[in-house]
Amino acid sequence: MDISELLTIAEHERTMRRPTCIRCCTALGCQSAGSLSLKQRLEEAVAEVDRTDIEVIGVGCMGMCGHGPLVRVDPDGVLYEHVHAADAPSIVAALDGGDATAPRGDPQHPFFTLQKRIVLENSGIIDPERIESYIAAGGYQALYCVLHDMTPAEVIDVVTRSGLRGRGGAGYPTGLKWATVAKSHGDRKYVVCNADEGDPGAFMDRSIIESDPHKILEGMAIAAYAVGADQGYVYVRAEYPLAIQRLQRAIAQARRLGLLGAQIFDAGFTFRIDIRVGAGAFVCGEETALMASIEGRRGQPRPRPPYPAESGLWGRPTLINNVETFANIPPIIRNGAEWFAAIGAEHSKGTKVFALTGKIRHTGLIEVPMGVTLRQIVEEMGGGVPEGRVKAVQTGGPSGGCIPAALLDTPVDYESLQRVGSIMGSGGMVVMDDATNMVDVAHFYMEFCKDESCGKCIPCRAGTAQMLHMLNLIRSGQATAADLARLEQLCIMVKETSLCGLGQSAPNPVLSTMKYFREEYEAFVRDEGLAG
Amino acid sequence: MAVTRSQPPVSEQASHPSGDNRFKLLEATMKKHQYRPDALIEVLHRAQELFGYLSNDLLLYIANSLHLPPSRVYGVATFYHFFSLAPKGEHSCVVCLGTACYVRGAAAILAAAEQTLGIRAGHTTPDGRLSLETARCLGACGIAPTVVFDGAITGHQTPEQVQVWLERLKEKD
Ligand SMILES: Cc1cc2nc3c(=O)[nH]c(=O)nc-3n(C[C@H](O)[C@H](O)[C@H](O)COP(=O)(O)O)c2cc1C
Ligand code: SF4
Ligand code: FES
Ligand code: FES
Repeated sequence: MDISELLTIAEHERTMRRPTCIRCCTALGCQSAGSLSLKQRLEEAVAEVDRTDIEVIGVGCMGMCGHGPLVRVDPDGVLYEHVHAADAPSIVAALDGGDATAPRGDPQHPFFTLQKRIVLENSGIIDPERIESYIAAGGYQALYCVLHDMTPAEVIDVVTRSGLRGRGGAGYPTGLKWATVAKSHGDRKYVVCNADEGDPGAFMDRSIIESDPHKILEGMAIAAYAVGADQGYVYVRAEYPLAIQRLQRAIAQARRLGLLGAQIFDAGFTFRIDIRVGAGAFVCGEETALMASIEGRRGQPRPRPPYPAESGLWGRPTLINNVETFANIPPIIRNGAEWFAAIGAEHSKGTKVFALTGKIRHTGLIEVPMGVTLRQIVEEMGGGVPEGRVKAVQTGGPSGGCIPAALLDTPVDYESLQRVGSIMGSGGMVVMDDATNMVDVAHFYMEFCKDESCGKCIPCRAGTAQMLHMLNLIRSGQATAADLARLEQLCIMVKETSLCGLGQSAPNPVLSTMKYFREEYEAFVRDEGLAG
Repeated sequence: MAVTRSQPPVSEQASHPSGDNRFKLLEATMKKHQYRPDALIEVLHRAQELFGYLSNDLLLYIANSLHLPPSRVYGVATFYHFFSLAPKGEHSCVVCLGTACYVRGAAAILAAAEQTLGIRAGHTTPDGRLSLETARCLGACGIAPTVVFDGAITGHQTPEQVQVWLERLKEKD
């Protein structure tokens, strides 16, 4: 494969396009609402009217998953929501005037217009099952450019200057991580994509893979060239069969075209990617546990240093990044570091994909520039709470915290969220309304962390169990004010002494709810005078 | 429960004991990974896919084939939630208890399911017909609350809908 062949594929794909395109979402959310049979009915309906100027294509997530199945008719951009298979003929008929039986969606809704799509640029537009569709959207050109026109050091320089920070949770500067791996010595190096996504309430990574799998592969290949790796792994959780299937297909297609494997773009660069399927352990998202799991062992974290960048898989230098981090790479290479650095907030460049869920009118996936406020996301884009009021927004999953409604004007960037006692995390954003009790929420997360603690170190193993016990005491009305103080102390102890991020952050949901919703804890507390 | 070596390891008896074709398929997976110990999790996935659950004999067989101590295989199989060491029911109902589902009423759904079936989550009905399980987020939070019936995810569930499905299953033979 050389660049002219790549461009020929892109050109061919573009000339094959029909003037009218009916796009039907085939990502998990819409599939579970019946979008596969809907797509089939649309194809049949087009065949019935014998129109060769219309095509039906299966695409990835369009974002408003809660209103699915979604169908969009382009080039006019007419959006239909809650579409049933029975609506298919009327959607095709509506192309000649008339009304379709499916409800119309509003493409001008802030949910769509306030987004800035970089990671999701192809999501809901291209067919994730066909590599040609990705190539026609400019795919693999960044990889070509990197292999032929840039040295590894130049690639790392671009990533560094872009200001991109890891999207897996901690926000570590990506360029710095790449540079460390590049400098490390080893007979082999590895690139790992962390697609474990164990945070309940988060589905960004799944959606990115299901909607645009080649982008991850291209991002990983660019990274591999930059750090000097020849083998990559995508660690995906077993709960995501559709994502695994699309990724497998994408890898096979890329290999067939010589975009993965030996001698990619005839540049003397070799890179293979294999998939490793997780087996249902949240802690395996932690990088050292993830590596143990890839090696076929129990996914238990180990102390760092040494960091994976120096000693990772099988003791060799290993670059681990999150799905969304890799997905940012091709656009950064294509458009340049300055372009990316101009988007977002001061210390948080670019965009962030959020899974907007919970008690909110429009649930789904959004990508916004860093720095927009929680209020814009929740009230404008998400349309607010259907009944009642927003009480809190939970970000960062079990490692994060609950931000009260009074702080909705907080901008979403790494530092601001940390300042209000939560974190960016991987991008789960769960909206809670008045009906939600915050002690219950803390209990919910603690139960999660207790179940998911790998048990290796005592502060976390015993601490999460004890904190859960105390939360149960509180909820059953048997705790005193002194117990609240003890719970707080325990939180701090577990935070400071646990070995890995799971234990270190497990107290966060408790601490943040105790800080902002103290009265809800106190409402459960027994009158001191009766104690004894 | 501990894995003991009281019985001769299956693999020493014959390559596919009982002529069960599934062993042949499992063998093919191990061969594909060149019997490398680090393929253990892939092999366990395949074994569970083929046999439904991981019996002690099966774990021993895998330990032998990959030249791993049984304790290591058993340790890995029990560490991960995805692996089941006991048989499952013919049908399954998995209620998501992740955060998004939780705030949209997953607890009531689970309670309704437990009541209808007369079993607690994590158990199988005495007639072996259905296993009721819970999950920590299926990644379909946009359509929460979600329930998986026999492998198919459904969204926007209510306790009533789940009850109807389970009742229907109880009556059907
Ligand atoms: C308990 C725990 C779970 C984690 N889960 C994930 C995960 O599901 N996905 C992910 O990308 N990172 C996860 N991380 C963070 C990773 O350890 C690691 O920092 C990240 O993959 C690095 O990628 P990035 O630099 O691109 O963010 C987790 C960390 C901890 C402590
Ligand atoms: S903090 Fe918890 S999860 Fe992490 S190593 Fe310790 S016990 Fe395991
Ligand atoms: S899954 Fe179809 S719009 Fe998100
Ligand atoms: S929380 Fe239930 S699907 Fe994510």
